[in-house]
Amino acid sequence: MAATHAPGRGTARVSRLGRRQGVRTGLLLLPPMLWLGVAYLLALGALLITAFWTQDDFTGAIQRQWTLDNFRDLFTIKVYRTITVRTLGIAALVTVIDAVLAFPIALYMAKVASPRAQRLLVIAVLMPLWASYLVKAYAWRGMLSQGGLIDWVLGPFGLQSPGYGLLATIMTLAYLWLPFMILPVYAGLQRLPDSLLEASADLGARSGSTLLRVVLPQAFPALVAGSIFTFSLSMGDFIAVTIVGGTTQLLGNVVYNNIGAANNLPFAAAVATVPIAVMLVYLAVVRRTGALENL
Amino acid sequence: MKKISSRRLTVVAGAALLALVSGCGTSGGGGSTSSGGFTPPDLPMKKSIGPMEGQVNVLAWPGYAEDGSNDPKYDWVTAFEKKTGCQTNIKYFNTSDEAVKLMQTGEYDVVSASGDASLRLIASGDAAPINTDLVKTYADISPFLKDRDWNSVDGQMYGIPHGWGANLLAYNTDVVKPAPTSWGAVFGGASKYDGKVTAYDSPIYIADAALYLMKHQPDLGIKNPYALDQDQLAAAVDLLKTQRQSVGEYWSNYLTEVSGFKSGDTVIGTAWQYNALTAQGEGAPIKTVFPTETSTGWSDTWMLNPSSPHSNCGYAWMDYITSPGPQAQIAEYFGEAPANTKACALTVQKDFCDQYHAEDKAYSDKLWYWTTPISECLDGRTDVTCTDYGDWTQAWTEIKG
Amino acid sequence: MTMSRGLRTALLVFTVLVLVVVYTPLALVVLNSFNVDRTFTWPPPDLTTKWWDAAFHSKGARSALWTSVEVALAATAVSLVLGTLAGLALRHTRFFGRNVVSLVIILPIALPGIVTGIALSNAFTTILGMSLSLFTVVVAHATFCIVTVFNNVQARVQRLGGGLEQASMDLGAGPLTTFRLVTFPMLRSAMLAGALLAFGLSFDEIVVTTFTISATDQTLPIWIFQNLFRPNQGPVVNVVAAVLVLLSAIPIYLAQRLSGSTAEGLTGAR
Repeated sequence: MAATHAPGRGTARVSRLGRRQGVRTGLLLLPPMLWLGVAYLLALGALLITAFWTQDDFTGAIQRQWTLDNFRDLFTIKVYRTITVRTLGIAALVTVIDAVLAFPIALYMAKVASPRAQRLLVIAVLMPLWASYLVKAYAWRGMLSQGGLIDWVLGPFGLQSPGYGLLATIMTLAYLWLPFMILPVYAGLQRLPDSLLEASADLGARSGSTLLRVVLPQAFPALVAGSIFTFSLSMGDFIAVTIVGGTTQLLGNVVYNNIGAANNLPFAAAVATVPIAVMLVYLAVVRRTGALENL
Repeated sequence: MKKISSRRLTVVAGAALLALVSGCGTSGGGGSTSSGGFTPPDLPMKKSIGPMEGQVNVLAWPGYAEDGSNDPKYDWVTAFEKKTGCQTNIKYFNTSDEAVKLMQTGEYDVVSASGDASLRLIASGDAAPINTDLVKTYADISPFLKDRDWNSVDGQMYGIPHGWGANLLAYNTDVVKPAPTSWGAVFGGASKYDGKVTAYDSPIYIADAALYLMKHQPDLGIKNPYALDQDQLAAAVDLLKTQRQSVGEYWSNYLTEVSGFKSGDTVIGTAWQYNALTAQGEGAPIKTVFPTETSTGWSDTWMLNPSSPHSNCGYAWMDYITSPGPQAQIAEYFGEAPANTKACALTVQKDFCDQYHAEDKAYSDKLWYWTTPISECLDGRTDVTCTDYGDWTQAWTEIKG
Repeated sequence: MTMSRGLRTALLVFTVLVLVVVYTPLALVVLNSFNVDRTFTWPPPDLTTKWWDAAFHSKGARSALWTSVEVALAATAVSLVLGTLAGLALRHTRFFGRNVVSLVIILPIALPGIVTGIALSNAFTTILGMSLSLFTVVVAHATFCIVTVFNNVQARVQRLGGGLEQASMDLGAGPLTTFRLVTFPMLRSAMLAGALLAFGLSFDEIVVTTFTISATDQTLPIWIFQNLFRPNQGPVVNVVAAVLVLLSAIPIYLAQRLSGSTAEGLTGAR
């Protein structure tokens, strides 16, 4: 327990300690905050500033005249609204799918598996993270292609692979981010004391009821913690969607195309404010559920 | 109390940060666009070749600068390195937009720029005027490639021509029967292919739609597919939006198209000859055809970074890559017409140059080479403002949806 | 255990099914590294080991691997220092900026990679006027790796409380000595677990790296990105990926042992 909270200490000692600790805290925080402040926040700020400038289409030179044109285009031109809605929808769907898939697995790992099995399962869940994200996306491309694995498996049932497109994108993204959901939920469920489950059973609840009314609410902050990753990763993705998405465009693609292809940094920065704003709101909302402690 | 003061502090800090950051910011460009074309920035021209610097960073279309890493049979870079001692680092790009963006980072010495990149590079000061006297092979370059709109300004050359070719219609011979002869196969007739059409993923592809409309809807009044006013652009966009419903995948990386043809997810679409050749090499039954409407194409020029620290190696590269031997190799490997007419005697396939119309100015004139659309109409109209590349980029995002 | 037999079996079956689905693409990758056909037709017409041979002789892959290791080590070192400092700083007081600090630390990893990438790229090239290099990559990686070390250290520090350190200081040891002899040994395994995670994050990172790396350098993900589609290099990429997956069991196992049987040390991974 922190010294300032311990009862029975002299107030003089506490205040001296408190002040010294304040200085100490400040000193300790200085290097990381300086680094993050300069390397990150300033860079982010500089990027967002360019969103208020324009760019000469022909030469690509940036003109520092203050204007809201980029934001106006972003909000009025229909296709950007469509893309934004599509991206947020996919991110939400991927999050839900991963949550549904991760919860039972995490529950098994935390509460049912033997300690040795737990260790093995953690390794099994984490190993795919080390296979390059690109290679995994490309493997899915192969699986989804005509005559690929999925066609081969579904063929006897008279079904076909969905091919490259929206469904493929959702499936691939859900696949890629699954470990990021499993781990926090596993950690959260591990913290759940067994005695709670026993008490619930003693009070007469069946397994299903215990699950719904005891386990799930306790695991909720952990689920939300995992969702931060799945949501953020899906919102910004532009590589996997290019590999398996066919003609699908997401916000990440619009940003990427405007940086690389169109060479229009101001507009790309304006588009980038959307995921930034969404994530900041998400983090603020999520803070109340205590999910940030579960990261 | 503490909370309020911290909030105030944050606000003050934030405002200070904002002020600081907006003072710094982004770099400006070089030349300016004016109503009479544009004025390229004043850049010095190299007077003589000095000693080789030992390195050159090349930005190239895939297939132009092979060093054996792709296929050991195709390597003309190693010979250059041996001859000049210039260690060659090659980076491939997939669209002209990428080329412009990468060139503007200043990290590359030479770039093989197509017509829709070259003028932008000249205008932004990222391409140097070239002293053609320093390049021995320049004399053998096809005359109809010299002093053209996209590689020169007021008679001053800004690069050495490399080669040229057309965008062709590639199709899977097993699925597409009979063989198509018109771009209509991917526009009006695209729905036949059940979502297996492909198209080039770049705003410049709008010109292909405009070219089709030029031939099939003459009352739109399109004279040059790169000079489109608002209405003409809207017509092209509608055509492409209809096409979009049949497109399975747009390709910006040539290998994506090859992979699509190979797996059967793509059966027809616009392609470079190089893509078709690669797909055929993988065993896919792909053929190409030059449609009756003619086609858009590219005419590539090697350009030099004005502040290149390796300009001697850069000039040596431009000289080497446009000399007959490498020109013949590249032309056959990629499937394009070489700029150096002496290469025709060196190609493995004896009638290669005839097949690609390398010395046929009339054929070359039929192609609509990639050019950056600007607001001043390229077809000479002065009563309307044409749409520029920014509008096309905007439109392209809308088309893809 | 108080869960019904039926529920437990259902969970087991579900877990097995999902793991099968998770490993199928990876098995495909391994299979394709033996596939004779360069563009991975399914089913493979024939098997060959020539790609494995090519991979071991591939200069590009080896130098990219080495570059990745260098960058990851440097980024891990930096984030270790910064993350530990931040983790230690935040434990004692409920001071007003605590939430702000947590937010700032988590921001680089919570915001999409492309945003971080273009912000840093813009900052380096246009504002600071420096050219991109491995240094800029390390700076970028360290920035989003701080959070993994921070999480681990903070979790450990919260569990330990300040009692031992206070005792040490009461006995006359200065802050540095206390850190060296008391705090650090207690934090060591948490720091190591965080460092392993940071290493993993940096090693496989592609998006931010694309924007902050120079033209001539290549980390392993960049090399994979550029060679994935190339007919003659695609299978070699598969070999590299297969090797990475198999080798990854080692650091994961290590991280597990170090952070104890709980998974708290393993979260915050990306």
